[in-house]
Amino acid sequence: MQDKPPPDEILAAIARLMREELLPQMSGRSAFMLRVAANAVDLVQRQIALAAASDEEERARLITLLHHDGDLAQLNAELCAAIENGEIRTETPGLAEHLWTTTRAKLAVDQPNYAAYRRLANPPKE
Amino acid sequence: MPGTSAICNLRRLSGGATQETWFFEALYGDRATPLILRRAPRAFQGEERQAIGLANEALLIGLAHDAGVPVPKIEYVLQPSDDMGEGFIAQFIDGETLGGKIARDPKFAEARKTLAHACGETAARIHTIPTQRLTMLKRWPPRVRFDELFRRYKTDGVPRPVFSLAFEWLRERIPPEPECLRLVHGDFRNGNLIVGPDGLRAVLDWELARIGDPIEDLGWMCVGSWRFGEIDKPAGGFGTREDLLAGYAAGGGAAPSREHLAYWEVFGSLNWGLMCSGMAPVFSSGLDPSIERAMIARRASETEIDLLNYILARS
Repeated sequence: MQDKPPPDEILAAIARLMREELLPQMSGRSAFMLRVAANAVDLVQRQIALAAASDEEERARLITLLHHDGDLAQLNAELCAAIENGEIRTETPGLAEHLWTTTRAKLAVDQPNYAAYRRLANPPKE
Repeated sequence: MPGTSAICNLRRLSGGATQETWFFEALYGDRATPLILRRAPRAFQGEERQAIGLANEALLIGLAHDAGVPVPKIEYVLQPSDDMGEGFIAQFIDGETLGGKIARDPKFAEARKTLAHACGETAARIHTIPTQRLTMLKRWPPRVRFDELFRRYKTDGVPRPVFSLAFEWLRERIPPEPECLRLVHGDFRNGNLIVGPDGLRAVLDWELARIGDPIEDLGWMCVGSWRFGEIDKPAGGFGTREDLLAGYAAGGGAAPSREHLAYWEVFGSLNWGLMCSGMAPVFSSGLDPSIERAMIARRASETEIDLLNYILARS
């Protein structure tokens, strides 16, 4: 068992250092690259926090859709093949929900600020 | 460049490993002229296989200028004897290129009212440029373009169910080959425009130009990734499809059907998605180990959500 502090806390400290101390000293392209790097640290933090659970849920849904067990990469390849040969189609029960949920889980890690993702969470009021 | 005695204020504006953009001023006697140098260092030439090269780009910009398209005037094309790689020097046009600012900054509020119309009109002008002499450009009828994208997906090697479903959606809707294929800008979107408070000043980045279905340019302009958060303004995050198409008609373009435009919007999202996911191996192999490259690779998922909104829209 590894000692504390845990990776998420260390990464948070790195992102803070980059934004609060280093960024104000930078300009132009260096500032841009530093901002990109700080965003990347945030992304890694979100992946550490979220991906294990969402991967497991994705795998469970794929097992239901494809009726057998397997690892995530293999099941995804199989789903693609089934879509491409017409065995699984837009109307196949469970497909739409599976794709929406899986894509949402990716955006939660990659870009939680992407406007189309935010709208899924908070649809505009009628 | 003839008559130039010196250059000053040289600074790099942007660019990754494959392409650089520099600003500088050329002195003619006591007069300073602001200019832009676009160049591809020799070492990276040919990496972006779809690009036509900066010398061809310069030639197209000249033709576009003659057709009434707002573009920076080309002042000089780099020669092998310059030993600077491939590139050109063009007139500097002041204005904003950052898509987010163009879509959201209050400074461009007036410009945004007419920008989609202006883009439509400009696209129509691009599509009137005669193609007979553009033999260096690849010809991509819609069917070939689809097959090529699918081939890229298959060689990419990462199976993505949303992409597979989007390909099936597209496969059933490939537009018939137009009567004549046109010059397609190939990267006509917010982010490749120079905009001032008065409106559109220039169309940049011609390196993906090709001969194909002109409606691809209009679809690409409406791809979700170029709306910069303004998702209810499909045209570049600044306007409506209706304005874009009205401008296109005003410029002499034949207006597409709704389905025809939607096809190229979906195609565009998928294309950008594959461009993003294709950056993962470029990063991991060390060819371009920049964090920027890694983060663009992680933008593939944004296209998945945009694709699902077209092909599996929730009721």
